[in-house]
Amino acid sequence: MSKSILAENLVKTYRDGQVKALDGLTLDVEEGTVLSILGPNGAGKTTTVRVLATLLTPDSGHASVAGIDVVKNPKKVREIIGLSGQYAAVDETLTGWDNLVMFGRLYHLSAAAAKVRATELLEQFGLTDAAKRPIKTYSGGMRRRLDLAAALIVRPKVLFLDEPTTGLDPRGRLDMWAVIEGLVKDGVTLLLTTQYLEEADQLADDIVVVDRGKVIARGSSDALKQQVGGERIELVVAEADISGAREIMERVTKSSAHLDAGLRKLSAPVNNGSAALMDVIREFDAKGIHPLDIAMKRPSLDDVFLSLTGHVAEVEEETPSKKKGGRK
Amino acid sequence: MKSLALRPITDALIITKRQLQQLTRVPEVLIFNTIQPVMFVLLFRYVFGGLGAGIPGGYVQLLMPGIFVQTVTFTLAATAQGLAEDMQKGLIDRFRSLPMARSAFVIGRTLGDGLLNIVVLVVMGITGYLVGWRPTSGVAHILFGFLMLLFFGYALSWAGVFAGLMGKDARVVANISFLFTFPLTFLSNAFASTTTMPKPLQYFAEWNPVSTMVAAIRQLFGFHNKFGVTAHSFPSSHPIPMSFIYMVLLMAVFMPLSVRKYKNASKK
Repeated sequence: MSKSILAENLVKTYRDGQVKALDGLTLDVEEGTVLSILGPNGAGKTTTVRVLATLLTPDSGHASVAGIDVVKNPKKVREIIGLSGQYAAVDETLTGWDNLVMFGRLYHLSAAAAKVRATELLEQFGLTDAAKRPIKTYSGGMRRRLDLAAALIVRPKVLFLDEPTTGLDPRGRLDMWAVIEGLVKDGVTLLLTTQYLEEADQLADDIVVVDRGKVIARGSSDALKQQVGGERIELVVAEADISGAREIMERVTKSSAHLDAGLRKLSAPVNNGSAALMDVIREFDAKGIHPLDIAMKRPSLDDVFLSLTGHVAEVEEETPSKKKGGRK
Repeated sequence: MKSLALRPITDALIITKRQLQQLTRVPEVLIFNTIQPVMFVLLFRYVFGGLGAGIPGGYVQLLMPGIFVQTVTFTLAATAQGLAEDMQKGLIDRFRSLPMARSAFVIGRTLGDGLLNIVVLVVMGITGYLVGWRPTSGVAHILFGFLMLLFFGYALSWAGVFAGLMGKDARVVANISFLFTFPLTFLSNAFASTTTMPKPLQYFAEWNPVSTMVAAIRQLFGFHNKFGVTAHSFPSSHPIPMSFIYMVLLMAVFMPLSVRKYKNASKK
Protein backbone atom coordinates (compact mmCIF):
# COMPACT_ATOMS: atom_id res chain seq x y z
CA MET A 1 0.00 0.00 0.00
CA SER A 2 1.25 3.48 -0.77
CA LYS A 3 1.20 6.54 1.44
CA SER A 4 -1.52 8.95 0.42
CA ILE A 5 -0.57 11.62 2.91
CA LEU A 6 2.93 12.18 4.16
CA ALA A 7 4.24 14.81 6.55
CA GLU A 8 7.82 14.88 7.72
CA ASN A 9 9.25 17.10 10.43
CA LEU A 10 6.80 19.94 9.83
CA VAL A 11 7.65 23.10 11.71
CA LYS A 12 5.49 26.20 11.77
CA THR A 13 5.90 29.13 14.10
CA TYR A 14 3.69 32.17 14.46
CA ARG A 15 4.45 35.69 15.62
CA ASP A 16 8.17 35.62 14.87
CA GLY A 17 8.80 32.34 16.55
CA GLN A 18 6.85 33.17 19.70
CA VAL A 19 4.32 30.42 19.18
CA LYS A 20 5.39 27.05 17.88
CA ALA A 21 2.29 25.57 16.28
CA LEU A 22 4.11 22.64 14.72
CA ASP A 23 7.32 21.34 16.21
CA GLY A 24 8.65 18.59 13.97
CA LEU A 25 5.36 16.86 13.30
CA THR A 26 5.58 13.64 11.31
CA LEU A 27 2.75 11.41 10.14
CA ASP A 28 1.57 9.36 7.21
CA VAL A 29 -1.72 7.92 6.04
CA GLU A 30 -1.98 4.84 3.85
CA GLU A 31 -4.21 4.98 0.85
CA GLY A 32 -7.83 4.17 1.62
CA THR A 33 -7.45 4.38 5.39
CA VAL A 34 -8.59 6.83 8.04
CA LEU A 35 -6.16 8.56 10.34
CA SER A 36 -7.41 10.65 13.20
CA ILE A 37 -5.36 13.41 14.74
CA LEU A 38 -6.37 13.67 18.33
CA GLY A 39 -5.37 16.49 20.57
CA PRO A 40 -6.46 19.38 22.75
CA ASN A 41 -7.12 22.90 21.48
CA GLY A 42 -3.95 24.52 20.25
CA ALA A 43 -2.09 21.23 19.85
CA GLY A 44 -1.46 21.86 16.16
CA LYS A 45 -4.26 19.80 14.60
CA THR A 46 -5.69 22.57 12.46
CA THR A 47 -2.26 23.86 11.50
CA THR A 48 -1.36 20.38 10.25
CA VAL A 49 -4.48 20.23 8.10
CA ARG A 50 -3.86 23.73 6.77
CA VAL A 51 -0.34 22.83 5.73
CA LEU A 52 -1.46 19.61 4.03
CA ALA A 53 -4.33 21.42 2.29
CA THR A 54 -1.86 24.04 0.94
CA LEU A 55 -3.38 26.92 2.92
CA LEU A 56 -0.26 27.42 4.96
CA THR A 57 3.42 27.10 4.07
CA PRO A 58 5.49 25.34 6.71
CA ASP A 59 8.71 26.97 7.93
CA SER A 60 10.50 23.70 7.34
CA GLY A 61 9.79 20.06 6.73
CA HIS A 62 8.22 18.26 3.85
CA ALA A 63 4.68 17.22 3.04
CA SER A 64 2.99 15.53 0.12
CA VAL A 65 -0.48 14.39 -0.84
CA ALA A 66 -0.77 11.48 -3.30
CA GLY A 67 2.93 11.93 -3.94
CA ILE A 68 2.57 15.60 -4.88
CA ASP A 69 4.59 18.10 -2.85
CA VAL A 70 2.21 20.57 -1.18
CA VAL A 71 4.73 23.41 -1.18
CA LYS A 72 6.17 22.94 -4.67
CA ASN A 73 2.96 22.09 -6.46
CA PRO A 74 0.01 23.38 -4.42
CA LYS A 75 -2.30 23.80 -7.39
CA LYS A 76 -2.06 20.13 -8.34
CA VAL A 77 -2.78 19.19 -4.75
CA ARG A 78 -5.88 21.41 -4.65
CA GLU A 79 -7.30 19.56 -7.62
CA ILE A 80 -7.38 16.23 -5.81
CA ILE A 81 -8.25 17.12 -2.22
CA GLY A 82 -11.42 18.05 -0.40
CA LEU A 83 -11.38 20.18 2.73
CA SER A 84 -14.14 20.72 5.21
CA GLY A 85 -14.30 21.65 8.82
CA GLN A 86 -14.40 24.31 11.39
CA TYR A 87 -12.68 26.85 9.15
CA ALA A 88 -13.45 26.13 5.52
CA ALA A 89 -16.91 27.52 5.12
CA VAL A 90 -19.79 28.12 2.76
CA ASP A 91 -21.52 31.37 1.83
CA GLU A 92 -24.31 31.88 4.32
CA THR A 93 -26.35 34.34 2.31
CA LEU A 94 -26.57 31.99 -0.66
CA THR A 95 -28.70 28.85 -0.83
CA GLY A 96 -27.25 25.37 -0.55
CA TRP A 97 -27.84 24.92 -4.25
CA ASP A 98 -26.11 28.20 -5.19
CA ASN A 99 -23.11 27.27 -3.07
CA LEU A 100 -22.64 23.82 -4.57
CA VAL A 101 -23.05 25.06 -8.13
CA MET A 102 -20.60 27.89 -7.51
CA PHE A 103 -17.97 25.59 -5.98
CA GLY A 104 -18.54 23.09 -8.78
CA ARG A 105 -17.85 25.79 -11.34
CA LEU A 106 -14.70 26.79 -9.44
CA TYR A 107 -13.56 23.16 -9.65
CA HIS A 108 -13.98 23.75 -13.39
CA LEU A 109 -17.01 21.61 -14.00
CA SER A 110 -19.20 22.85 -16.83
CA ALA A 111 -22.37 24.69 -15.81
CA ALA A 112 -24.46 21.62 -16.60
CA ALA A 113 -22.14 19.20 -14.81
CA ALA A 114 -22.01 21.47 -11.75
CA LYS A 115 -25.81 21.41 -11.54
CA VAL A 116 -26.01 17.64 -11.90
CA ARG A 117 -23.40 17.21 -9.17
CA ALA A 118 -25.16 19.70 -6.87
CA THR A 119 -28.42 17.77 -7.23
CA GLU A 120 -26.65 14.47 -6.47
CA LEU A 121 -24.87 15.80 -3.40
CA LEU A 122 -27.97 17.48 -1.96
CA GLU A 123 -29.78 14.16 -2.38
CA GLN A 124 -26.92 12.17 -0.84
CA PHE A 125 -26.77 14.42 2.22
CA GLY A 126 -30.51 14.68 2.74
CA LEU A 127 -30.63 18.37 1.89
CA THR A 128 -32.83 18.31 -1.17
CA ASP A 129 -35.73 19.98 0.65
CA ALA A 130 -33.47 22.75 1.92
CA ALA A 131 -31.70 23.24 -1.43
CA LYS A 132 -33.32 26.59 -2.20
CA ARG A 133 -33.01 28.04 1.27
CA PRO A 134 -30.17 30.34 2.36
CA ILE A 135 -27.59 28.53 4.52
CA LYS A 136 -28.38 31.00 7.31
CA THR A 137 -31.62 29.11 7.91
CA TYR A 138 -29.88 25.71 8.22
CA SER A 139 -29.29 23.92 11.51
CA GLY A 140 -25.70 23.33 12.61
CA GLY A 141 -25.81 19.74 11.40
CA MET A 142 -27.26 20.67 8.00
CA ARG A 143 -24.63 23.35 7.55
CA ARG A 144 -21.82 20.91 8.29
CA ARG A 145 -23.27 18.40 5.86
CA LEU A 146 -23.44 21.03 3.14
CA ASP A 147 -19.89 22.08 3.97
CA LEU A 148 -18.81 18.47 3.58
CA ALA A 149 -20.78 18.15 0.34
CA ALA A 150 -18.88 21.15 -1.02
CA ALA A 151 -15.63 19.32 -0.29
CA LEU A 152 -16.79 16.26 -2.22
CA ILE A 153 -17.74 17.90 -5.49
CA VAL A 154 -14.90 16.43 -7.52
CA ARG A 155 -14.95 13.10 -5.62
CA PRO A 156 -11.55 13.71 -4.04
CA LYS A 157 -9.32 10.75 -3.32
CA VAL A 158 -7.99 12.51 -0.24
CA LEU A 159 -10.23 14.25 2.23
CA PHE A 160 -9.36 16.49 5.17
CA LEU A 161 -11.97 16.99 7.86
CA ASP A 162 -11.06 19.46 10.56
CA GLU A 163 -13.15 18.83 13.66
CA PRO A 164 -16.21 17.89 11.61
CA THR A 165 -18.54 17.52 14.58
CA THR A 166 -17.31 20.22 16.94
CA GLY A 167 -20.32 22.18 18.13
CA LEU A 168 -22.91 19.70 16.88
CA ASP A 169 -25.58 18.21 19.10
CA PRO A 170 -25.46 14.41 19.67
CA ARG A 171 -27.98 13.76 16.92
CA GLY A 172 -26.04 15.89 14.44
CA ARG A 173 -22.86 14.10 15.43
CA LEU A 174 -24.33 10.66 14.81
CA ASP A 175 -25.67 11.79 11.41
CA MET A 176 -22.26 13.14 10.51
CA TRP A 177 -20.55 9.94 11.57
CA ALA A 178 -22.86 7.92 9.36
CA VAL A 179 -22.06 10.17 6.41
CA ILE A 180 -18.31 9.91 7.04
CA GLU A 181 -18.48 6.13 7.43
CA GLY A 182 -20.22 5.97 4.06
CA LEU A 183 -17.39 7.92 2.44
CA VAL A 184 -14.78 5.68 3.97
CA LYS A 185 -16.54 2.62 2.55
CA ASP A 186 -16.18 4.21 -0.88
CA GLY A 187 -12.42 4.11 -0.42
CA VAL A 188 -11.51 7.71 0.28
CA THR A 189 -8.32 8.42 2.23
CA LEU A 190 -9.33 10.49 5.21
CA LEU A 191 -7.42 12.63 7.64
CA LEU A 192 -9.67 13.69 10.47
CA THR A 193 -8.92 15.92 13.41
CA THR A 194 -10.94 15.75 16.56
CA GLN A 195 -10.99 16.58 20.24
CA TYR A 196 -13.36 13.71 20.85
CA LEU A 197 -11.77 10.40 21.67
CA GLU A 198 -15.02 8.66 20.99
CA GLU A 199 -15.01 10.05 17.48
CA ALA A 200 -11.49 8.86 16.75
CA ASP A 201 -12.40 5.47 18.19
CA GLN A 202 -15.48 5.24 16.01
CA LEU A 203 -14.10 6.43 12.69
CA ALA A 204 -10.35 5.91 12.49
CA ASP A 205 -8.16 2.95 11.60
CA ASP A 206 -5.23 4.66 13.20
CA ILE A 207 -4.86 7.44 15.70
CA VAL A 208 -2.05 9.89 16.30
CA VAL A 209 -2.11 11.88 19.50
CA VAL A 210 -0.61 15.35 19.10
CA ASP A 211 0.34 17.83 21.72
CA ARG A 212 2.31 21.04 21.31
CA GLY A 213 2.90 20.47 17.64
CA LYS A 214 4.33 16.98 17.98
CA VAL A 215 3.03 13.46 17.61
CA ILE A 216 3.34 11.91 21.06
CA ALA A 217 1.76 8.55 20.28
CA ARG A 218 0.48 6.55 17.39
CA GLY A 219 -1.43 3.34 16.99
CA SER A 220 -4.80 1.76 16.60
CA SER A 221 -7.29 2.56 19.28
CA ASP A 222 -6.69 -0.89 20.81
CA ALA A 223 -2.93 -0.49 20.75
CA LEU A 224 -3.15 2.87 22.43
CA LYS A 225 -5.40 1.46 25.11
CA GLN A 226 -2.88 -1.33 25.61
CA GLN A 227 -0.23 1.32 26.17
CA VAL A 228 -2.02 2.59 29.26
CA GLY A 229 -2.23 -0.90 30.65
CA GLY A 230 -5.27 -2.94 31.46
CA GLU A 231 -7.85 -1.85 33.96
CA ARG A 232 -7.92 1.20 36.17
CA ILE A 233 -9.25 1.97 39.56
CA GLU A 234 -11.18 5.19 39.73
CA LEU A 235 -12.48 6.73 42.89
CA VAL A 236 -13.90 9.94 44.22
CA VAL A 237 -13.10 11.06 47.75
CA ALA A 238 -13.76 14.02 50.00
CA GLU A 239 -11.36 16.96 49.73
CA ALA A 240 -9.64 16.17 53.04
CA ASP A 241 -8.96 12.56 52.05
CA ILE A 242 -7.28 13.23 48.73
CA SER A 243 -3.65 12.99 49.75
CA GLY A 244 -4.21 9.97 52.01
CA ALA A 245 -6.17 8.18 49.32
CA ARG A 246 -3.57 8.96 46.71
CA GLU A 247 -0.78 7.59 48.86
CA ILE A 248 -2.64 4.30 49.38
CA MET A 249 -3.59 3.99 45.75
CA GLU A 250 -0.05 4.52 44.53
CA ARG A 251 1.36 2.07 47.02
CA VAL A 252 -1.12 -0.67 46.15
CA THR A 253 -1.04 -0.21 42.39
CA LYS A 254 2.69 0.56 42.24
CA SER A 255 2.00 3.28 39.68
CA SER A 256 1.30 6.99 39.82
CA ALA A 257 -2.28 8.06 40.33
CA HIS A 258 -3.81 10.85 38.34
CA LEU A 259 -5.85 13.45 40.20
CA ASP A 260 -8.67 15.45 38.66
CA ALA A 261 -8.80 18.11 41.35
CA GLY A 262 -12.11 19.60 40.27
CA LEU A 263 -13.95 16.30 40.50
CA ARG A 264 -11.78 15.02 43.38
CA LYS A 265 -11.31 11.95 41.21
CA LEU A 266 -8.24 9.75 41.48
CA SER A 267 -7.39 7.12 38.92
CA ALA A 268 -4.53 4.67 38.55
CA PRO A 269 -3.77 1.72 36.28
CA VAL A 270 -3.74 -1.75 37.87
CA ASN A 271 -2.46 -5.11 36.70
CA ASN A 272 -4.15 -7.46 39.08
CA GLY A 273 -7.68 -6.11 38.73
CA SER A 274 -10.10 -6.92 41.51
CA ALA A 275 -7.42 -8.03 43.96
CA ALA A 276 -5.94 -4.54 43.91
CA LEU A 277 -9.37 -3.04 44.34
CA MET A 278 -9.92 -5.17 47.44
CA ASP A 279 -6.55 -4.09 48.84
CA VAL A 280 -7.35 -0.46 48.31
CA ILE A 281 -10.72 -0.77 50.01
CA ARG A 282 -9.21 -2.63 52.96
CA GLU A 283 -6.54 0.04 53.48
CA PHE A 284 -9.09 2.83 53.10
CA ASP A 285 -11.18 1.21 55.78
CA ALA A 286 -8.19 0.94 58.08
CA LYS A 287 -7.43 4.67 57.62
CA GLY A 288 -11.08 5.63 57.95
CA ILE A 289 -11.33 6.99 54.39
CA HIS A 290 -14.76 6.57 52.85
CA PRO A 291 -14.74 6.96 49.08
CA LEU A 292 -17.84 8.61 47.61
CA ASP A 293 -17.52 6.48 44.53
CA ILE A 294 -15.23 3.65 43.57
CA ALA A 295 -15.04 1.57 40.44
CA MET A 296 -12.99 -0.64 38.19
CA LYS A 297 -12.73 0.74 34.67
CA ARG A 298 -11.77 -0.75 31.38
CA PRO A 299 -9.45 1.75 29.67
CA SER A 300 -10.98 4.28 27.33
CA LEU A 301 -9.19 6.52 24.90
CA ASP A 302 -9.71 9.25 27.46
CA ASP A 303 -7.34 7.40 29.73
CA VAL A 304 -4.82 7.11 26.92
CA PHE A 305 -5.08 10.77 26.33
CA LEU A 306 -4.73 11.59 29.97
CA SER A 307 -1.71 9.40 30.51
CA LEU A 308 -0.02 10.88 27.44
CA THR A 309 -0.78 14.54 27.92
CA GLY A 310 -1.80 14.84 31.56
CA HIS A 311 1.46 16.23 32.88
CA VAL A 312 2.00 18.32 29.78
CA ALA A 313 -1.18 20.25 30.40
CA GLU A 314 0.01 21.02 33.91
CA VAL A 315 3.32 22.38 32.71
CA GLU A 316 1.47 24.55 30.23
CA GLU A 317 -0.37 26.32 33.04
CA GLU A 318 2.94 27.49 34.40
CA THR A 319 3.92 29.11 31.13
CA PRO A 320 0.95 31.24 30.11
CA SER A 321 3.08 32.94 27.44
CA LYS A 322 2.52 29.81 25.35
CA LYS A 323 -1.01 31.15 24.73
CA LYS A 324 -3.94 28.74 24.39
CA GLY A 325 -3.94 26.47 27.43
CA GLY A 326 -3.83 22.74 27.15
CA ARG A 327 -6.97 20.77 27.78
CA LYS A 328 -10.21 22.56 27.95
CA MET B 1 -13.78 22.06 -20.80
CA LYS B 2 -12.64 25.64 -20.68
CA SER B 3 -9.28 26.51 -22.16
CA LEU B 4 -6.55 27.04 -19.59
CA ALA B 5 -5.90 30.65 -20.52
CA LEU B 6 -9.48 31.71 -19.86
CA ARG B 7 -9.75 30.06 -16.45
CA PRO B 8 -8.68 33.00 -14.28
CA ILE B 9 -11.29 35.13 -16.06
CA THR B 10 -14.14 32.64 -15.76
CA ASP B 11 -13.17 32.02 -12.13
CA ALA B 12 -13.28 35.76 -11.44
CA LEU B 13 -16.68 36.05 -13.10
CA ILE B 14 -18.02 33.23 -10.93
CA ILE B 15 -16.97 35.22 -7.87
CA THR B 16 -18.64 38.33 -9.30
CA LYS B 17 -21.77 36.31 -9.94
CA ARG B 18 -21.73 35.16 -6.33
CA GLN B 19 -21.78 38.78 -5.21
CA LEU B 20 -24.72 39.58 -7.45
CA GLN B 21 -26.55 36.50 -6.14
CA GLN B 22 -25.95 37.77 -2.62
CA LEU B 23 -27.66 41.00 -3.60
CA THR B 24 -30.73 39.14 -4.80
CA ARG B 25 -30.84 37.23 -1.48
CA VAL B 26 -30.25 40.30 0.66
CA PRO B 27 -31.64 43.20 -1.39
CA GLU B 28 -31.31 45.46 1.66
CA VAL B 29 -27.60 45.78 0.88
CA LEU B 30 -28.27 47.27 -2.54
CA ILE B 31 -31.08 49.44 -1.22
CA PHE B 32 -28.96 50.85 1.59
CA ASN B 33 -26.02 51.35 -0.76
CA THR B 34 -28.25 53.46 -2.98
CA ILE B 35 -30.31 55.26 -0.37
CA GLN B 36 -27.31 56.66 1.44
CA PRO B 37 -25.86 58.64 -1.50
CA VAL B 38 -29.33 59.71 -2.60
CA MET B 39 -29.90 61.01 0.92
CA PHE B 40 -26.61 62.90 0.74
CA VAL B 41 -27.64 64.46 -2.57
CA LEU B 42 -30.94 65.67 -1.12
CA LEU B 43 -29.50 66.86 2.20
CA PHE B 44 -26.60 68.76 0.70
CA ARG B 45 -28.71 70.14 -2.13
CA TYR B 46 -31.23 71.69 0.24
CA VAL B 47 -29.09 72.41 3.31
CA PHE B 48 -26.17 74.05 1.51
CA GLY B 49 -28.04 75.05 -1.63
CA GLY B 50 -27.95 78.68 -0.53
CA LEU B 51 -24.15 78.74 -0.70
CA GLY B 52 -24.36 78.64 -4.45
CA ALA B 53 -25.03 82.35 -5.03
CA GLY B 54 -22.98 83.33 -8.04
CA ILE B 55 -22.38 79.78 -9.28
CA PRO B 56 -23.91 79.35 -12.72
CA GLY B 57 -26.69 76.80 -12.29
CA GLY B 58 -26.44 76.96 -8.50
CA TYR B 59 -24.64 74.89 -5.81
CA VAL B 60 -25.98 71.63 -7.18
CA GLN B 61 -23.58 71.89 -10.18
CA LEU B 62 -20.69 71.97 -7.74
CA LEU B 63 -22.21 69.43 -5.42
CA MET B 64 -23.00 66.52 -7.75
CA PRO B 65 -19.40 65.80 -8.88
CA GLY B 66 -18.39 66.02 -5.22
CA ILE B 67 -21.01 63.50 -4.14
CA PHE B 68 -20.28 61.18 -7.05
CA VAL B 69 -16.62 61.07 -6.07
CA GLN B 70 -17.45 60.66 -2.39
CA THR B 71 -19.71 57.72 -3.16
CA VAL B 72 -17.16 55.86 -5.25
CA THR B 73 -14.51 56.59 -2.62
CA PHE B 74 -16.62 54.62 -0.15
CA THR B 75 -16.08 51.57 -2.37
CA LEU B 76 -12.85 51.14 -0.44
CA ALA B 77 -14.82 50.57 2.76
CA ALA B 78 -17.37 48.30 1.06
CA THR B 79 -14.72 46.05 -0.44
CA ALA B 80 -12.75 45.98 2.80
CA GLN B 81 -15.79 44.96 4.79
CA GLY B 82 -16.80 42.26 2.30
CA LEU B 83 -13.33 40.75 2.30
CA ALA B 84 -13.04 40.90 6.08
CA GLU B 85 -16.38 39.10 6.45
CA ASP B 86 -15.35 36.35 4.05
CA MET B 87 -12.10 36.04 5.92
CA GLN B 88 -13.77 35.86 9.31
CA LYS B 89 -16.25 33.22 8.20
CA GLY B 90 -13.55 31.04 6.66
CA LEU B 91 -14.77 31.47 3.10
CA ILE B 92 -11.37 32.73 2.00
CA ASP B 93 -9.93 29.44 3.23
CA ARG B 94 -12.47 27.54 1.17
CA PHE B 95 -11.66 29.52 -1.97
CA ARG B 96 -7.96 29.14 -1.34
CA SER B 97 -8.34 25.37 -1.12
CA LEU B 98 -9.89 25.29 -4.62
CA PRO B 99 -7.83 24.90 -7.78
CA MET B 100 -8.54 28.46 -8.93
CA ALA B 101 -6.08 31.22 -9.82
CA ARG B 102 -5.01 33.22 -6.76
CA SER B 103 -5.86 36.50 -8.43
CA ALA B 104 -9.31 35.34 -9.56
CA PHE B 105 -11.06 35.80 -6.23
CA VAL B 106 -9.89 39.37 -5.68
CA ILE B 107 -10.46 40.37 -9.28
CA GLY B 108 -13.98 38.97 -9.12
CA ARG B 109 -14.71 40.76 -5.89
CA THR B 110 -13.48 44.17 -7.10
CA LEU B 111 -15.42 43.71 -10.32
CA GLY B 112 -18.58 43.05 -8.34
CA ASP B 113 -18.12 46.21 -6.30
CA GLY B 114 -17.55 48.09 -9.55
CA LEU B 115 -20.84 46.80 -10.98
CA LEU B 116 -22.63 47.88 -7.83
CA ASN B 117 -21.22 51.38 -8.38
CA ILE B 118 -22.85 51.54 -11.83
CA VAL B 119 -26.29 51.04 -10.28
CA VAL B 120 -25.62 53.55 -7.54
CA LEU B 121 -24.25 56.20 -9.93
CA VAL B 122 -27.25 55.86 -12.25
CA VAL B 123 -29.72 56.30 -9.39
CA MET B 124 -27.74 59.27 -8.06
CA GLY B 125 -27.56 60.84 -11.51
CA ILE B 126 -31.32 60.63 -11.86
CA THR B 127 -31.83 62.10 -8.40
CA GLY B 128 -29.40 64.90 -9.22
CA TYR B 129 -31.26 65.66 -12.40
CA LEU B 130 -34.55 65.84 -10.50
CA VAL B 131 -33.12 68.42 -8.09
CA GLY B 132 -31.69 70.63 -10.80
CA TRP B 133 -28.29 69.22 -11.78
CA ARG B 134 -27.63 69.94 -15.48
CA PRO B 135 -24.18 69.07 -16.85
CA THR B 136 -23.42 71.51 -19.64
CA SER B 137 -20.79 69.52 -21.54
CA GLY B 138 -21.53 67.02 -24.29
CA VAL B 139 -22.65 63.40 -23.95
CA ALA B 140 -19.13 62.10 -24.67
CA HIS B 141 -17.66 64.19 -21.83
CA ILE B 142 -20.36 63.10 -19.42
CA LEU B 143 -19.86 59.42 -20.25
CA PHE B 144 -16.12 59.82 -19.91
CA GLY B 145 -16.71 61.42 -16.51
CA PHE B 146 -18.77 58.45 -15.34
CA LEU B 147 -16.17 56.00 -16.63
CA MET B 148 -13.53 57.87 -14.64
CA LEU B 149 -15.70 57.62 -11.55
CA LEU B 150 -16.06 53.87 -12.00
CA PHE B 151 -12.36 53.48 -12.57
CA PHE B 152 -11.53 55.55 -9.49
CA GLY B 153 -13.86 53.38 -7.41
CA TYR B 154 -12.26 50.28 -8.89
CA ALA B 155 -8.74 51.46 -8.05
CA LEU B 156 -9.77 52.22 -4.46
CA SER B 157 -11.43 48.82 -4.26
CA TRP B 158 -7.97 47.27 -4.49
CA ALA B 159 -6.85 49.25 -1.48
CA GLY B 160 -10.01 47.91 0.16
CA VAL B 161 -9.00 44.31 -0.59
CA PHE B 162 -5.72 44.90 1.14
CA ALA B 163 -7.38 46.53 4.14
CA GLY B 164 -9.97 43.77 4.35
CA LEU B 165 -7.38 41.01 4.40
CA MET B 166 -5.39 42.79 7.11
CA GLY B 167 -8.04 42.86 9.77
CA LYS B 168 -9.29 40.09 11.96
CA ASP B 169 -12.73 41.43 12.72
CA ALA B 170 -15.08 42.56 9.96
CA ARG B 171 -16.75 45.26 12.04
CA VAL B 172 -13.42 46.76 13.05
CA VAL B 173 -12.30 46.79 9.43
CA ALA B 174 -15.56 48.46 8.38
CA ASN B 175 -15.25 51.13 11.06
CA ILE B 176 -11.60 51.86 10.37
CA SER B 177 -12.04 52.13 6.63
CA PHE B 178 -15.02 54.43 7.16
CA LEU B 179 -12.99 56.59 9.56
CA PHE B 180 -10.35 56.78 6.86
CA THR B 181 -12.52 57.52 3.83
CA PHE B 182 -15.02 59.89 5.41
CA PRO B 183 -12.55 62.67 6.34
CA LEU B 184 -10.72 62.06 3.09
CA THR B 185 -13.82 63.06 1.16
CA PHE B 186 -14.46 66.14 3.29
CA LEU B 187 -10.87 67.43 3.43
CA SER B 188 -11.20 68.21 -0.24
CA ASN B 189 -12.97 70.55 -2.61
CA ALA B 190 -15.96 68.18 -2.80
CA PHE B 191 -18.45 70.24 -0.82
CA ALA B 192 -16.84 73.59 -0.11
CA SER B 193 -14.12 75.79 -1.48
CA THR B 194 -10.72 74.91 -0.09
CA THR B 195 -9.66 78.55 0.14
CA THR B 196 -11.50 79.10 3.41
CA MET B 197 -9.75 76.16 5.13
CA PRO B 198 -6.74 76.58 7.46
CA LYS B 199 -3.48 76.56 5.48
CA PRO B 200 -2.33 73.01 6.38
CA LEU B 201 -5.70 71.63 5.30
CA GLN B 202 -5.43 73.56 2.06
CA TYR B 203 -2.20 71.77 1.30
CA PHE B 204 -3.76 68.47 2.18
CA ALA B 205 -6.79 69.18 0.02
CA GLU B 206 -4.57 70.21 -2.84
CA TRP B 207 -2.84 66.83 -2.98
CA ASN B 208 -5.83 64.78 -1.90
CA PRO B 209 -6.76 62.51 -4.82
CA VAL B 210 -10.41 63.15 -4.00
CA SER B 211 -9.98 66.86 -4.83
CA THR B 212 -8.28 66.06 -8.08
CA MET B 213 -11.03 63.64 -9.04
CA VAL B 214 -13.75 66.13 -8.11
CA ALA B 215 -12.09 68.84 -10.18
CA ALA B 216 -11.69 66.42 -13.08
CA ILE B 217 -15.35 65.39 -12.97
CA ARG B 218 -16.50 69.00 -12.66
CA GLN B 219 -14.43 69.86 -15.71
CA LEU B 220 -15.88 66.94 -17.65
CA PHE B 221 -19.40 68.01 -16.68
CA GLY B 222 -18.66 71.56 -17.87
CA PHE B 223 -17.67 73.37 -14.72
CA HIS B 224 -14.11 74.55 -14.17
CA ASN B 225 -12.91 74.53 -10.64
CA LYS B 226 -9.62 75.56 -9.07
CA PHE B 227 -8.64 74.39 -5.63
CA GLY B 228 -5.83 74.08 -3.14
CA VAL B 229 -3.33 76.61 -1.91
CA THR B 230 -2.34 77.74 -5.34
CA ALA B 231 -4.67 77.49 -8.26
CA HIS B 232 -1.65 76.90 -10.45
CA SER B 233 -0.45 73.67 -8.87
CA PHE B 234 -0.32 70.66 -11.16
CA PRO B 235 -3.28 68.80 -9.58
CA SER B 236 -5.38 71.95 -9.73
CA SER B 237 -4.58 72.94 -13.29
CA HIS B 238 -4.43 69.39 -14.74
CA PRO B 239 -6.99 67.44 -12.74
CA ILE B 240 -7.79 64.83 -15.40
CA PRO B 241 -4.26 63.56 -16.07
CA MET B 242 -3.45 63.88 -12.36
CA SER B 243 -6.46 61.71 -11.48
CA PHE B 244 -5.25 59.02 -13.82
CA ILE B 245 -1.80 59.19 -12.27
CA TYR B 246 -3.38 58.64 -8.84
CA MET B 247 -5.49 55.74 -10.09
CA VAL B 248 -2.58 54.02 -11.80
CA LEU B 249 -0.46 54.52 -8.69
CA LEU B 250 -3.15 53.06 -6.45
CA MET B 251 -3.48 49.99 -8.61
CA ALA B 252 0.25 49.59 -9.15
CA VAL B 253 0.72 49.50 -5.40
CA PHE B 254 -2.34 47.64 -4.18
CA MET B 255 -2.94 45.03 -6.89
CA PRO B 256 0.29 43.13 -6.26
CA LEU B 257 0.09 43.74 -2.50
CA SER B 258 -3.48 42.44 -2.34
CA VAL B 259 -2.85 39.35 -4.44
CA ARG B 260 0.16 38.56 -2.31
CA LYS B 261 -1.81 39.10 0.86
CA TYR B 262 -4.57 36.82 -0.42
CA LYS B 263 -2.04 34.13 -1.27
CA ASN B 264 -0.77 34.13 2.29
CA ALA B 265 -4.11 34.92 3.88
CA SER B 266 -4.59 32.87 6.95
CA LYS B 267 -7.46 33.03 9.33
CA LYS B 268 -5.44 31.71 12.18
